[in-house]
Amino acid sequence: MSPEYEAVIGLETHIQLKTKTKIFCSCRADSWNDAQNSNICPVCSGLPGVLPVLNKKAVEKGVLLAKAMNSDIQPISFFDRKNYFYPDLPKGYQITQYDKPFGVGGYLEFPAANGRLTRVNIAKMHLEEDAGKTKNERGERLIDFNRCGVPLVEMVTQPDIRSANDAADYLTRLRQLLRWVGISDADMEKGQLRCDANVSIRLKGESHLNQKTEIKNVNSIEAVRSAIEAEIERQIREVEAGNRIESWTLEWDDENKSLKKMRSKETEADYRYFKEPDLLPLIIDKIWLSEILADFPEMPLDRRARFISEFGLLEYDAEILSSERRLSEYFIKTANAYKGDLKRVANWLTNDVLRMIKDADADPLSMPLKPDFLAEIITMVDTGTINTTIGKELLVKVQESGIPPASIVEKEGLRLVNDNDMIEKMVDEIIANNPKEVGAYQNGKLGLIGFFVGQLMKQMGGKADAKLAKDLFERKLN
Amino acid sequence: MSIVELTALEIVSRVKNKQISAQDVLEAHINQIEAVDGVSGTIGGDNNFEKDKVHSFITKTYDLAKHQASQVDQKIAAGLDPGPMAGVPVTIKDIFCLINTPTTAASRMLANFIAPYTATSIQRWIDAGALIIGKVNLDEFVFGSSNESSAYLPHPRNPWDTSKVPGGSSGGAASAVAAFESPISLGSDTSGSIRLPAAYCGTVGLKPTYGRVSRYGLIAFGSSLDNVGPLSRNVPDAALALSVMAGKDDLDSTSVTLPVPDYLKVIEKDIRGLRIGLSADYLRISVYDQTKGQTIFHDLPEKVKNEVYRTAEILANQGAEIIENVSMPRTKYGIPAYFVISRVEAASNLHRFDGVKYGHRTSSTYHGLTEMYQQSRAEGFGLQPKLRILMGMYVSAAQYSARFYERALKIRTQIRQDFDVAFEKIDLLLTPSTPAPAFEIGGVFGDSIMMQYADQFLVPANHAGLPAISLPSGLDEEGLPLSIHMIANDFREDLLFRAGYTFERSTANEAWRSKKPVVMKGGK
Repeated sequence: MSPEYEAVIGLETHIQLKTKTKIFCSCRADSWNDAQNSNICPVCSGLPGVLPVLNKKAVEKGVLLAKAMNSDIQPISFFDRKNYFYPDLPKGYQITQYDKPFGVGGYLEFPAANGRLTRVNIAKMHLEEDAGKTKNERGERLIDFNRCGVPLVEMVTQPDIRSANDAADYLTRLRQLLRWVGISDADMEKGQLRCDANVSIRLKGESHLNQKTEIKNVNSIEAVRSAIEAEIERQIREVEAGNRIESWTLEWDDENKSLKKMRSKETEADYRYFKEPDLLPLIIDKIWLSEILADFPEMPLDRRARFISEFGLLEYDAEILSSERRLSEYFIKTANAYKGDLKRVANWLTNDVLRMIKDADADPLSMPLKPDFLAEIITMVDTGTINTTIGKELLVKVQESGIPPASIVEKEGLRLVNDNDMIEKMVDEIIANNPKEVGAYQNGKLGLIGFFVGQLMKQMGGKADAKLAKDLFERKLN
Repeated sequence: MSIVELTALEIVSRVKNKQISAQDVLEAHINQIEAVDGVSGTIGGDNNFEKDKVHSFITKTYDLAKHQASQVDQKIAAGLDPGPMAGVPVTIKDIFCLINTPTTAASRMLANFIAPYTATSIQRWIDAGALIIGKVNLDEFVFGSSNESSAYLPHPRNPWDTSKVPGGSSGGAASAVAAFESPISLGSDTSGSIRLPAAYCGTVGLKPTYGRVSRYGLIAFGSSLDNVGPLSRNVPDAALALSVMAGKDDLDSTSVTLPVPDYLKVIEKDIRGLRIGLSADYLRISVYDQTKGQTIFHDLPEKVKNEVYRTAEILANQGAEIIENVSMPRTKYGIPAYFVISRVEAASNLHRFDGVKYGHRTSSTYHGLTEMYQQSRAEGFGLQPKLRILMGMYVSAAQYSARFYERALKIRTQIRQDFDVAFEKIDLLLTPSTPAPAFEIGGVFGDSIMMQYADQFLVPANHAGLPAISLPSGLDEEGLPLSIHMIANDFREDLLFRAGYTFERSTANEAWRSKKPVVMKGGK
């Protein structure tokens, strides 16, 4: 991008809320594995005479999001009808919130590339129902209503984002937060988090907004980044060629990594919004609000900061250990049970335990290798009860058996051998039995020290203190 | 007295006492229908066929009713409680969904629609032992005040004079009750659609408080104005029907949790001290004159006005206090505001009829989705739905909404304020039901605006969400029913019933009460 231009980007996200049932009926919200049109009822398929009944759980998830985004949660808000015809919208109107939504304002603040603290403000946040899915096959338009009525929050940012990377970072942080608070699984491939991007460019230093284009159909964070980058480049090319940017809707073709024009937007559609007469005003009183927010967790970026300032972690480790809420809680629990330098806990976690968590594909806090056990193992290594190698083997043994590490150490006799006389006797035997290697060592092939220590370890089942053994060999051979 | 002349409560009592079986009751009503009803309405039917018959029905559900009757009889034989509506044959306005049964809304659009579920109000009647004998005719999608707008012809005729309209939109419901085809019928009322045909056909028609009865299963017209209520031949039967279907429904968020009173018990109370209001704003006809750009007032016909004064006097003799000159200044705006609000909601509610999922889809060739929508809707909807869609879309368009829709909503609030003020000093407002008795078939049809003004005394209760009842009060010189109308405060259906029942008992011996509609001459 030429230095004189800057991008002005706003993101419109649709977030599927993680509830058991749909927003206005009792069909399951999740029908990812269901056959088409098998998870529908008279309400969500828009039969004549049916009425919506608001799912309180959807409101609660929405409130959690509003809280996480620092929005003002409105004590009274309203549902409206957005009227338009489309085959996958069975009622011919979408129940949404228009001029009196449940959340007002808000922002997300996050460290972007090179550590800049970036704030993206929220322009609009409201509850609504999802529509069905349409696909064209063999010249026919096929409709699947399963998705109709899945609860959504539509959240639109102000045009505060200045680069494709910042847009990707915003989405990454948003996705982290949605999972952290349990608002949404936010899997973009499954459409649980969807993003359209509004992009325009202007000369640096200008404050007005130029004509924007809208990019739709981007279903991964990387695709959002690439699509915005491509669009910024296209707009610069157009402007530099003396052309006007037109109000287009573009589609990202992820296979060919290119943008396609879907349509020109001639005029704004008139959705003839009016208050949904079939629903009462949404009242979120103080009692309900405090119930919803009773277990509201520390936010990931706050926790990350605390890991650095209070726990003394490096930024890199703090980032990893605060990436997911249960992992961060696993770390905190281990840290609380451990008495030494918490960087050691971080190292053990990031080097070994993280892989085990991924392999187990489970909630870290329900693994057999409990935080207390991990702290105990690290402590045993610290105090020389076992060596690092045995410690790492012990991780696996505890994870497989669920038996406390101390019991395994006792049962399998894994304690380091502290009997110096016995070790010395073995050292002497090894020296006597390997004259060739002794000769080579003494002629300067010092790397063979590892061979001697290895022989000792082999004979002692790994339970020797490697440092002690190395010192002994060196003393005797020199 | 023949079985069909029994009230619902009399039927219940006799069935429970094993004096007659539910199946006997049903058979008598089927015979009555077969004698007086003539052909049912069909799409493309001849409206001039059997001009001396009632034509209440679109779909008869005799098999269902027979099954229900045998269940009631079995329960009674087994000593079980068959329910408070045991053995009562009922008809259902064909705007309510009934499982596995055609639900047409009297429209070509839904001619092929079989509902896969049952409306809450119907279900509660069924659970109480009622026998569903059929779905009856109405103005298409309830859009009309005469029942002439049905796509199913012949449309119902007034049982008192078959050259007159039965009123609408619950025309078939009113004609069925008046012609002794069923003692009770289920109707819906958005601007008077229960009370107006009740008035024209000489039956009782109740519009309950908004939220008192679940709307689940009622195909929506103006969702904020729609109400579900009964038509019956007397007040106690209306009280019975309401007590069974009223109450919270988890499927309708706007239904209220307030407990349902035992209406049949409170109905017996006298009306001493009840304050009944009369308002000059309800004793004149107001029509907006487009050419002059102002509201023009006309006098009410004497016979209509007299019924109101006569009723007031009767109620005063029973101990009610009559309070005159209650000011209801926004009454004249009722119809114009209703025109706007109901059309906006109607246009939106009709969006779902797009030929995609169910209902009429064009069989002509089309190119693309938009053409499929256009042709399906053009063919499926009759004139009234089209007019209402056009107007609804116009007055809610971004550039006109403030001028029409939002202004109408403000007027609606003011109409409610009129009542709030009035109910500080009165308990009931007594008004005429309609400016005149039933009119000639074809007399007003075609003039959508004048047709609407027939509802002018009825629609304020819809705006305000208040309960109201229309009661027969006599027959005019032509033998057509005259009626009166009362409006109460929120959830005071009990007062409507008490005053209504008092009026009924006080006039029980009046000669007109023993007269039967002309169609009965051909009946058994």
